[in-house]
Amino acid sequence: MSSILDLDLASAKSALQKKEVSAVELTETYLNVMSSNDHLNCYITSTPERALDMASKSDDRINSGDALPLDGIPIGIKDLFCTDGVLTTAGSHILNGFIPTYDSTVTENLWENGAVMLGKCNMDEFAMGSANTTSYFGAVENPWRSDDRQKTPLVPGGSSGGSASAVASRLALAATGTDTGGSIRQPGSFCGIVGLKPTYGRCSRWGTIAFASSLDQAGPLTRTVRDAAIMLKAMAGHDPKDSTSANLQVPDFESALTNDVRGLRIGVPREYLLDGMPSEIEKLLETGIEMLRTAGATIVDVSMPHTKFALPTYYIIAPAEASSNLARYDGVRYGLRIEGDNLDDMYEKTRSVGFGAEVKRRILIGTYVLSAGYYDAYYLKAQRVRSLIKQDFDLVFDNVDVLLTPTAPSDAFAIGENDDDPIKMYLNDIFTVPASLAGVPAISVPVGLSKNKLPLGLQIIGKMFDEELVLRVGGALEGMAGFKSRPAGGA
Amino acid sequence: MSLDKGTVKRVAQLARLRLDDEQLEKTAEELNKIFTWIEQLDEVDVSNIEPLASVTGHSLPERMDEVTDGNYPDRVLSNAPDRASNFFTVPKVVE
Repeated sequence: MSSILDLDLASAKSALQKKEVSAVELTETYLNVMSSNDHLNCYITSTPERALDMASKSDDRINSGDALPLDGIPIGIKDLFCTDGVLTTAGSHILNGFIPTYDSTVTENLWENGAVMLGKCNMDEFAMGSANTTSYFGAVENPWRSDDRQKTPLVPGGSSGGSASAVASRLALAATGTDTGGSIRQPGSFCGIVGLKPTYGRCSRWGTIAFASSLDQAGPLTRTVRDAAIMLKAMAGHDPKDSTSANLQVPDFESALTNDVRGLRIGVPREYLLDGMPSEIEKLLETGIEMLRTAGATIVDVSMPHTKFALPTYYIIAPAEASSNLARYDGVRYGLRIEGDNLDDMYEKTRSVGFGAEVKRRILIGTYVLSAGYYDAYYLKAQRVRSLIKQDFDLVFDNVDVLLTPTAPSDAFAIGENDDDPIKMYLNDIFTVPASLAGVPAISVPVGLSKNKLPLGLQIIGKMFDEELVLRVGGALEGMAGFKSRPAGGA
Repeated sequence: MSLDKGTVKRVAQLARLRLDDEQLEKTAEELNKIFTWIEQLDEVDVSNIEPLASVTGHSLPERMDEVTDGNYPDRVLSNAPDRASNFFTVPKVVE
């Protein structure tokens, strides 16, 4: 059985098409290991019947020679994507019992490509968190264990923690995630897998529950860079139902994976080397630099002077947009309702019971920075700093093709650690937030292990809509790093 | 800048969130820490810098102002916590 689970998406695709394995067989294997790994809490809802039904239809198409690109590929869906007829929670109690009557555009695209849904992946409540500890449905466990604390369960990162842990634990061949400030890339780094945040506008946001609309972007979590290219091709595309969706042709990302980085100029922004950062993170970056230089790229020292302001800027803009987006949860049209003496009483009771502490905190920050008298000082100011951050990227990309940085400032930490200190938790996203604010694509690729034998990723950031180069350099880095370590937990 | 309990209470009311006295105290303390940290933005000179609301750089698409969807009240109401015929219900707002 384990040999089937060893197949990555690209190999499974070819095995399915050569009929070495059937879609139903592959799906059953995944459903089995899912049910024996409940303790990891990767899934909020599993959908075995739907999975087997989808797999059997995939087998029919494969057998009649009409195979779709992802036919028979069992995947996990972050519980932020609406799925027709399947409970969708955003990791929150406030969406209690919510069963959408439609699919998000991204999931619809995946089903049209033949993918098989295993279930809905756990996540931080409304995608707010960097450890997957804010979910109403409980924390998710990382299958990796630290060398010095074998018994301590670790966080998978967040907010796409269920998706990342599922892929790393082999409870899904691939999974969808969403990334607002690092929610695909940081869990990718913590779990030793690949996480790709596409350019803002590459994947439609329609039917994906909104957190911060000017930042939210869907993307894949996968075992390899090639798998990320295959998944993105299926997920992406113009959608008239999302007015910010880019009206561009979706390239064949897989054909960009030439591994050739000769002649490329790769920038290393000096502002990403922080005082007090663990030396192993700096060493990992040195390793990445050396690999790419050996492969023929030119490494360029660059400066992006507004980098350090990205995180505080993000913590004005994202909560402001969230407070507005989450105003819709009022107990009237869907989800939880706590009856009250009058309308306001019902709103307050419903929202106070329905939202968790971190979501409330961000709603309060957002409401405050948008309130009369503070709007200019905070929100408008943050939008102006965002201009400068984007300008840093525009200027640096006149000089280099991509940027190389660490993905996260540490390896995975214990469940419960950092929970009492919001700012410490926010600092997890220090290297991922700048690209989110600028809208540019970025990938995290596992490159090495920390001294505690936990995975660490490096991030490649590219120009707007240049996922092809991001994937090409990411693929080259992956090949040279040869990251083959496996977690102790999972299947 | 310092957020007192009264301000937090007012903001919570605006956001339709209810915090008891103990939560108000704790929240004010947390928010103060966060806003003190955010204040490092004061170092940035933003004079003559335009605010950035969208990174796409393209203007919003337009379409004809016509109905393109709808006529399925049961689907729309299928998740309603409470309904009366084809309507959502709320507590009485007019005496």
